[in-house]
Amino acid sequence: MTNVTDILIIGGGVIGCALARELSRFSASVLLVDRAWDVAEGASKANSGIVHAGYDAVPGSLKAKYNVEGAQLYPSLCEELSVPYRQCGALVVGFSEEDRDTLEDLLSRGEANGVPGLRIIGRDEMLALEPQLNPDACFALLVPTSGIVSPYELTFALADDAALNGVSFRFGVDVHSVSRESDGRFLVSTSQGDLFCRILVNCAGSSSAALHNQLSSVKYSITHRRGQYYLLDRPAALPFERTIFQCPSRMGKGVLVSPTVHGNVLLGPSAEDIDDPLNTETTQEGLDSVMEKVRLTWPGVSLRTNITNFSGVRAHEDSGDFVIGAVEGCPGAYEALGIESPGLSSAPAIARALCAQISEEQALTPSPETVPYRKPAVPFREMTPEEQEKALRENPLYGNVICRCEVVTEAEIVQAIHRPVPALHIDAVKRRTRAGMGRCQGGFCSPRVASIISRETGIPLLEITKNGGSSYLLTGTLSERAERKDRT
Amino acid sequence: MIREHVDILIIGAGPAGLAAAIAAREDGIDSILVLEREAMPGGILRQCIHNGFGLHRFKEELTGPEYAQRDIDRALELKIPIECSTTVLSVSKDRVVTCISREKGLRLIEAGAVILAMGCRERPRGALCTPGTRCAGIYSAGTAQRFVNLEGFMPGQRVVILGSGDIGLIMARRMTLQGAKVLACVEIMPFSSGLNRNIVQCLQDYDIPLYLSHTVTDIQGRERLESVTVSKVDERRRPIPGTEMVFECDTLLLSVGLIPENELSEGAGVVISPATSGAVVTDSFETSVPGIFACGNVLHVHDLVDHVSNESFRAGHAAASYVRSEKKPGLMLKVEDGAGVRGVVPQLIRLAPQEPVTLMFRPSGVFRNASAVISCGDKELMRRKAMIFTPGEMAAYSLKPELFAGLDGSLPLTVRIEKGDE
Repeated sequence: MTNVTDILIIGGGVIGCALARELSRFSASVLLVDRAWDVAEGASKANSGIVHAGYDAVPGSLKAKYNVEGAQLYPSLCEELSVPYRQCGALVVGFSEEDRDTLEDLLSRGEANGVPGLRIIGRDEMLALEPQLNPDACFALLVPTSGIVSPYELTFALADDAALNGVSFRFGVDVHSVSRESDGRFLVSTSQGDLFCRILVNCAGSSSAALHNQLSSVKYSITHRRGQYYLLDRPAALPFERTIFQCPSRMGKGVLVSPTVHGNVLLGPSAEDIDDPLNTETTQEGLDSVMEKVRLTWPGVSLRTNITNFSGVRAHEDSGDFVIGAVEGCPGAYEALGIESPGLSSAPAIARALCAQISEEQALTPSPETVPYRKPAVPFREMTPEEQEKALRENPLYGNVICRCEVVTEAEIVQAIHRPVPALHIDAVKRRTRAGMGRCQGGFCSPRVASIISRETGIPLLEITKNGGSSYLLTGTLSERAERKDRT
Repeated sequence: MIREHVDILIIGAGPAGLAAAIAAREDGIDSILVLEREAMPGGILRQCIHNGFGLHRFKEELTGPEYAQRDIDRALELKIPIECSTTVLSVSKDRVVTCISREKGLRLIEAGAVILAMGCRERPRGALCTPGTRCAGIYSAGTAQRFVNLEGFMPGQRVVILGSGDIGLIMARRMTLQGAKVLACVEIMPFSSGLNRNIVQCLQDYDIPLYLSHTVTDIQGRERLESVTVSKVDERRRPIPGTEMVFECDTLLLSVGLIPENELSEGAGVVISPATSGAVVTDSFETSVPGIFACGNVLHVHDLVDHVSNESFRAGHAAASYVRSEKKPGLMLKVEDGAGVRGVVPQLIRLAPQEPVTLMFRPSGVFRNASAVISCGDKELMRRKAMIFTPGEMAAYSLKPELFAGLDGSLPLTVRIEKGDE
């Protein structure tokens, strides 16, 4: 494994992976490293999954620019990469005259940002569109171009496409410090040894300010803002067709109720500033604060079908806008810093812009040939009976259902393990296949998934983890009864 | 696509499916097929290697696999085909079953009658909304049981068990016997939902403390579980601040309830009871969809497998009668839950039944020296006193056909528990 690369991307979230994919079209070696043991392990896996239309950002800000551009790229990008995406529309609901002013503000901002189809509707139209809404709401901003996406599946697809085109990925890499060698290269000291690169790109999310401040005399500061969520089981009929927002505040876009692309219902997020960006625990206060607000939107909500809670930490730069481009006073270094909402929506546009800047300034030459994206097979549960029959004939592993809640077959799990960026632990398989995402939350399938990972990779079962590091599943065999040593 | 036909198709080869198949065959039904998702028949009993099964049915104490084997042997003797490693994807209203397997691919099977015997699944952490981190080391008790008993691995060494359902209690003992330290069993209710014999034999015999009216209020650990916080709860089950105890542990086992696995049933349009989370059935175990029957834990969660088998024999006989068109549907008497009672099964009884009808239910709380009373309007059909009713033990009462004389269905049958002297 070489420790020398032309381009080093620090951070394997949606931004880092989208950029890696863009840069893989050039004749330069690209290495992407992440502290976690998979891509999309930070904010990219734990957010609302909304492709915002772009009515919220202040006109003229980078957030506005990239959100609107990014949202326009989504339909074709997701089509190309076979990523679940749906333009379900949104309503921002208001309850008071003050809210009405906010909605008018959003409408004019949206129009200034070039968001099509926005209009404010009254209670009757609102309740006709979404009968489960609180009838106390008076009016709403209708946002027809708001979309939903599976943020981690998008990140996996971007990473796979990058990997197919030569980008290397290395996980469990904690970056300690960055310095400049006498030959102008960067020396990046990490938990896995020193790395050398000519071009450094900081896509480190919550750590991006700390990394930036090592490189530049201009200092940034990131506030870690945690958002907690409830995820409800797939109902027979969705309570809301659209994403329902409340009026935004200083702390963010507020608590939403939204369908997911997989037909679940997402409630959240809370907004609380915390010290440790890795602290993604949920708290009773945080969850209670979400429910209090959800009840305002959806008086009929019930937690009887809750299947999991989670939280993500967004990186809020204290100036309030994204920081994107060359690192000031540090030639060869680039960054995408302070990427909070609408970061997911903006990701494709940010990656394009950064890639254009890097390739031009660093005189990268286009690669003579690129490998087209290898679409993963359609999930078995989404096939027609004829397609299922054909798939079973070609690969009998489709006949073995491993996850009964989400109907995921052994064939799909094996495919996930062998994707270009391989799924080597339980959560990695879960997010790529949905095995364990259902109402029993892996109670049934996780021992089976662990066995398949072990069989396919040769990793002993005792070393299979939930999500890398020392998140091991098992502590020993019955015969040895020995306490196992932590593998850290 | 291959389209086959059988008279009775049974989904699941656990104790319920096996008993139903045996009963139907003994009634002379030739064309029977049992489909099983696992590689072997026996269902969840395969991983229940402790004893205590079969006391009612066989008058001896068997292990789970031994109990299952008796029915498997009988099914083989009767030449009942059991196709394993076969998953049912859907059941239609008109009883066309779609299934897949590695060997036979995708198949459609039309059935004269379908018996749903899919069992139940465990409630996960999410159902409780317990805050904290989402680290490794949190398992449902049944998942841990599978790792230990079927695969030979230990899921952890220092264990806290949340919920005092029977699987949790059994796993407290099992983990202890394998050298793990079980620190506590924590139950949010003021009483256990498990069998009393399991409290004694699995906790008390090993000095494992049972904390009633307590729950887990925080889970800590970035990668693997490091600790859980346990708090006392008030009578409305809200944690009481200041009562927190922290247990350092690497494993949290959840035994917080079982839910009948009714996705296939719902897909077929079967009406589900909110009280049992299983199908609404008649005294023939027929669901709201004609020709589709349900029995065992998919119908309602039982305490003892003996009761599952007995119920499923009756369901098998009823399905056999159905395919022979012996029983015609008629007017029904509704059965309702009264005070102290949750989820009476069956919910409907044919007027003037020819055979005894067994009513089963879970008490909604602990009642001492109380009476179970079954009545219809002013008429009391049955009154039975018991020393104790608890949610952990299912109550079952058989009513002779003559008791139903004169009932015309205009009023429902009500089952209630009448409190006695405490």
